[in-house]
Amino acid sequence: MSFNQIFVEPWVSHFSAYWPILVMAFFVTAACGLIGNYLVLRKISLVGDAISHSVLPGIAIAYMIAGSRSDLAMFIGALIAGIFTTLIIELIHSRSKIKKDAAIGITFTTMFAVGVILVSLYGADTDLDLDCVLFGKLDFMASKEKVFFGLPQIVLTMGFILILIILLIVLFYKELLISSFDPSFAATLGIKPRLVHYCLMCSLSVVVVSAFSSVGAILVIAMLILPAATVYLLTDRLWLMMILSVLHALLSSIIGLHLTVALKVSTAPACVVAGMFLFILSWIISPRYGLLRYLSSSFDLSTFQKEN
Amino acid sequence: MIFALYFLSIDQLYAARIGELVESNSWDQIKRFFTFSDRGLQLSLIGALLFGSVCGLTGSFIVVRRMALFGDAISHAVLPGVAIGFMWGMEKDPLAILVGATIAGLLGSVLVQAIVRTSRIKQDAALGIVLASFFAVGLCLIRMIQNHEGASKMSGLKTYLFGDVAVIDSSDIMTMSVIVVLTFVLFYFLYRPLLIVSFDRQFAYSLGIPVRLLDAVFQMFLAIAIVISLQAVGVVLVSAMLIIPAATAYLLADRMNKMIFLAIIIGVMSAILGVFFSFLGSNLPTGPFMVISSSLLFAMAYLFSPKNGRITNWYRYLQLKSKVRKENTLKLIYHYLEKNAEAKEGVNIEVSELLRTSKGDTKGKLSSLRILEKSGSIELENKKLSLTNLGLEQASSIVRNHRLWELYLTNEANYAADHVHDDAEKVEHLLSEEKVKELELFLDHPTVDPHGKPIPGRGQV
Repeated sequence: MSFNQIFVEPWVSHFSAYWPILVMAFFVTAACGLIGNYLVLRKISLVGDAISHSVLPGIAIAYMIAGSRSDLAMFIGALIAGIFTTLIIELIHSRSKIKKDAAIGITFTTMFAVGVILVSLYGADTDLDLDCVLFGKLDFMASKEKVFFGLPQIVLTMGFILILIILLIVLFYKELLISSFDPSFAATLGIKPRLVHYCLMCSLSVVVVSAFSSVGAILVIAMLILPAATVYLLTDRLWLMMILSVLHALLSSIIGLHLTVALKVSTAPACVVAGMFLFILSWIISPRYGLLRYLSSSFDLSTFQKEN
Repeated sequence: MIFALYFLSIDQLYAARIGELVESNSWDQIKRFFTFSDRGLQLSLIGALLFGSVCGLTGSFIVVRRMALFGDAISHAVLPGVAIGFMWGMEKDPLAILVGATIAGLLGSVLVQAIVRTSRIKQDAALGIVLASFFAVGLCLIRMIQNHEGASKMSGLKTYLFGDVAVIDSSDIMTMSVIVVLTFVLFYFLYRPLLIVSFDRQFAYSLGIPVRLLDAVFQMFLAIAIVISLQAVGVVLVSAMLIIPAATAYLLADRMNKMIFLAIIIGVMSAILGVFFSFLGSNLPTGPFMVISSSLLFAMAYLFSPKNGRITNWYRYLQLKSKVRKENTLKLIYHYLEKNAEAKEGVNIEVSELLRTSKGDTKGKLSSLRILEKSGSIELENKKLSLTNLGLEQASSIVRNHRLWELYLTNEANYAADHVHDDAEKVEHLLSEEKVKELELFLDHPTVDPHGKPIPGRGQV
């Protein structure tokens, strides 16, 4: 594989094939990354993982009932499965001595197991199969019918969801900010932290479900956390985190695309690997919270102690 | 263990696979399952025994240390190790895969701790990062193997994602049994320090226990438990086998040694149940079946656990409720008898008269009268009721409980006489025979309660 094939051709001769993949990857990663900032700040990152696993049976049943891919049916199925999971987790956690982490672990793995069985039993004649659950379907974007700017319908839907998320974040920036950092202060200001939390969970589910078909059930968590964790090390300003996480999304989808071409792997895992490299980079060189800084400061401290 | 080795020594040659079965109806399959004649099935069951017990053992510590999500992250992180172990000889070499997966799992847990310690990223985000990144790397590697070797090789690797208990062969069982024996022996020697570290780290430090070292050892156990179960359960769902059996045991037991024992049994049970289910439905991944059978066991424990099961508690509550209603009705009759001198004999009381003496829920009282009739405490005839001797005894005993408790509260706990009724109203139903005797002795066989009403003695009214 030559440099030309990996870095130039996707942009020149195969542009129409890679363009929808790239745009979809960016839309999904950006929407997930924006929501993910709040998950990381509120220390509930793994909720995204639990949601993406537990909606699988709902999506599979919706597929079976609706017969084919229908966004609305999928979303309703996922919503019901998600609410059901939340109820079960609460039931286990509040009515027995099982702790919350184990309750989450029990519930979402069971839901996912049910989903996997449903998918492998009935998924053969639809385009929902175990490969989709694992690898996502980003690579199939190019084969879909193009409706606008060389982009298929599903990409446009994702773009719409991204715009919706951005709008929500701009509109409720203050409420989200205060309730993420200081829920009790938020309550004194008349912002209901619980309500904000539920709204956030709601938009998280929308994003997770719409990202599901392109990146699969397991990699969603990476899309949610990697951008936020990367930029959390670089800045203390929430608005800057938002902008940088979108930048992270853009970079990781572009690098991921080139990785896909170079290694002939699926796009979704490749984007995650790219995002991981960006995270490691920021972890090492971050000026204030990075590894180098940590090592040098601990070195300083030890010499200081010796002098005393 | 010896049992397992005995099975292996019988014949190494004949190794039928569950997946290769011809289509037959499920009844035949059930019969075949319970006759244990199938060689492949025997191997699967031994495998289930081995990995189920290790999962239960390690999972117990995972659950009490609240590391369930940590276990989940590490179990996803072993995937690149599996792929690299596979690349080693480009075939399914159990040892290479085992080593690769263990290293990847340990690397994952080291990385989580390194991220948490050296940056300001919290544990939950660090877990998510490691889980997803490692898993993505693994997926990329699997795709590359597929591109390089063709799809047929890929199918061998696919079983590591969602599990296939049928691919366990006798060499796997050999490797597994050695590791399982080693794990149990190590756990036996490290049990006490591990226990202390799990429940009280500060205390462990003060005892001079090498806490960090033990944590590392424990993470190795975790990685090994995951790796052992990998073939049968698959990377994606293996964490469930760690968490769910142990959580079930946690519901049933109060002490750690009991919990571990139960967790091992439940782990083995769910693994065997999983083998059974996947034996019925061929060509399906077995991991989900293992998880679902362990969840079923969990649900049973959650609902029917003798100590705290939801349905057990509910049943107990209903029983208490009906007992209270019965006793309250008897008390009502007793009070009626006390007030109405002409009814002293306890016969032919007008039911409507009786009901007029108290407010509320007439229907409920009528139904409890009917229940009392059935149990032989009263006789109902022509809308008139008569207390039997048994009923009289029951009624006076509940009134005795009530008045004794009132007296106890005023005399010994210094309650005001007008504050004791509500409390006694609840306690009267809960006092046992011995407690009543104790109270009588303590209060020196009193005859009058704080309100001046007589306390019914034994064998009299």
